[in-house]
Amino acid sequence: MGFHCRSRGNCTIQMPISPVGRPCRQLHQPAITIALAGNPNTGKSTVFNALTGLRQHTGNWAGKTVGLCHGSFDYKGHKFIVVDLPGTYSLRPISPEEELARDFLFSGQAEVTVVVVDATSLEHTLPLALQVMELTEKVVLCVNLVDEARKRGLAIDADTLSRELGIPVVATAARRGEGLAELQETIYEVATGKRKIKPYVVRYDREIESLAEKIIPFVPGSQENRSKARWQALRLLEGERGIYTDRDLEEFSQRFGGERTQEFSERMVCQVYKVAEYLTRKAIKKVRQVSFERDRWLDNILTSKWAGFPIMLLLLGAVFWITLIGANYPSEILAQLFSSLEEKLINLSQSWDLPDWFQGLAIQGVYRTTVWVVSVMLPPMAIFFPLFTFLEDLGYLPRVAFNLDGLFKLAGTHGKQALTMSMGFGCNAAGVIACRIIDSPRERLIAIITNVSIPEL
Amino acid sequence: MAVVWPKKECSLADLAEGTRGRVVKVLADGFWRQRLLDLGFTTGAAVEVVKTGPMGDPVAYRLRGTIIALRKREAALIRVEC
Repeated sequence: MGFHCRSRGNCTIQMPISPVGRPCRQLHQPAITIALAGNPNTGKSTVFNALTGLRQHTGNWAGKTVGLCHGSFDYKGHKFIVVDLPGTYSLRPISPEEELARDFLFSGQAEVTVVVVDATSLEHTLPLALQVMELTEKVVLCVNLVDEARKRGLAIDADTLSRELGIPVVATAARRGEGLAELQETIYEVATGKRKIKPYVVRYDREIESLAEKIIPFVPGSQENRSKARWQALRLLEGERGIYTDRDLEEFSQRFGGERTQEFSERMVCQVYKVAEYLTRKAIKKVRQVSFERDRWLDNILTSKWAGFPIMLLLLGAVFWITLIGANYPSEILAQLFSSLEEKLINLSQSWDLPDWFQGLAIQGVYRTTVWVVSVMLPPMAIFFPLFTFLEDLGYLPRVAFNLDGLFKLAGTHGKQALTMSMGFGCNAAGVIACRIIDSPRERLIAIITNVSIPEL
Repeated sequence: MAVVWPKKECSLADLAEGTRGRVVKVLADGFWRQRLLDLGFTTGAAVEVVKTGPMGDPVAYRLRGTIIALRKREAALIRVEC
């Protein structure tokens, strides 16, 4: 499952990904692996990028088809390898990505797990953190998007949350770099054992707990790591198969769970949400009364039967128009600049007596083609994507998907395809990458394939 | 002797705009059951119908402080007290 980095000397970095061609620097201490988990859309990638900068790689993990992105940063003489796990709603996987996240956390390769939650929807994003705390002890909670929460008049009481959960809690606004230094320091302290942790573990009702107790002694490794064995026992009760237990154990636990696995599963999810509810009530304080009505009123117009579509067409049309018209001027300037440069290059090559065929290949061929592409493509993209990002920051794009989903459903796909197709107007490659936001594999495939039909502006 | 009023149940898709309900059960199986439970549609959770889309589908619901949009066929899988 792991690979050892073959370096000179005694450094062994246990990497989840084959470090093909990656040289290993001589370090003071071996590198520490950090797993980054969280719900989708909590700003996990922003935290990852902020921690690791440009030192990132994507690789395959032990034969799975889903790639894992990992990067690193140095802090106080230690090297930290951060593994960005796919966004997942819970540790009960319903897709290969979620399975990968669960398996990685189960493998214990990560010494510290950082779970990123969304300050603006804490109740929804805490359950994953609670589940992770069931599986592993060294957890740090990163409450991200606190700047968004502030805008809505919410204040996060990180100290209370930390006290209730028994783990360190860091409030961050990763987009602005807020709280990142504290996050690095906290990770360092937890990884080196300077900070003691006693994570709160969710307790279920008596029946479930007593059944789990009966199964735990038979789980391999229960002597060394009881909490992990308990996690496995609970998952077996829920009817989960194939998590590093053999068939005998599964059949054994069938005797306890059997027909009732769905019921147990529901009760467990319920309990986790009850805890999340309680914690959210304690940790979130409404500091300011932000005008709720104005947002409601705006949404009513943006998604109304009569005004919704015209407004949408108007806004998107405006974006396209600005891109098309606005890009002409810079394109011309760039084209003129590059062609004058081309003349200089031709003069230069003639004064150096370079052969004609070389001049034709290098200047009229490579150079001219490249600058044509740049002067034609760069200005529209440089205008379109910032405008699109502006719409996204306003929060308008989900309303577009919401409005159009009805139409896309008739075509057998998803409303989110409207967004990926819009991105396709800027660049088809970007549109295709954006298709990751579509959950259903079939709808995602349709979105990817049909993106080809979108012309780039 | 306490009088127990029978609770009226309907599916989330039947609720009108602006009304609220409490989740009783999720009827789905497999992928959608797991997804809906993970999103927070657990027994006892309060749901409010915020807005119907311009084409009648999907519908925006407020659950645990966040707005989630569900298509009618998914909302039909959730039984609520109305």
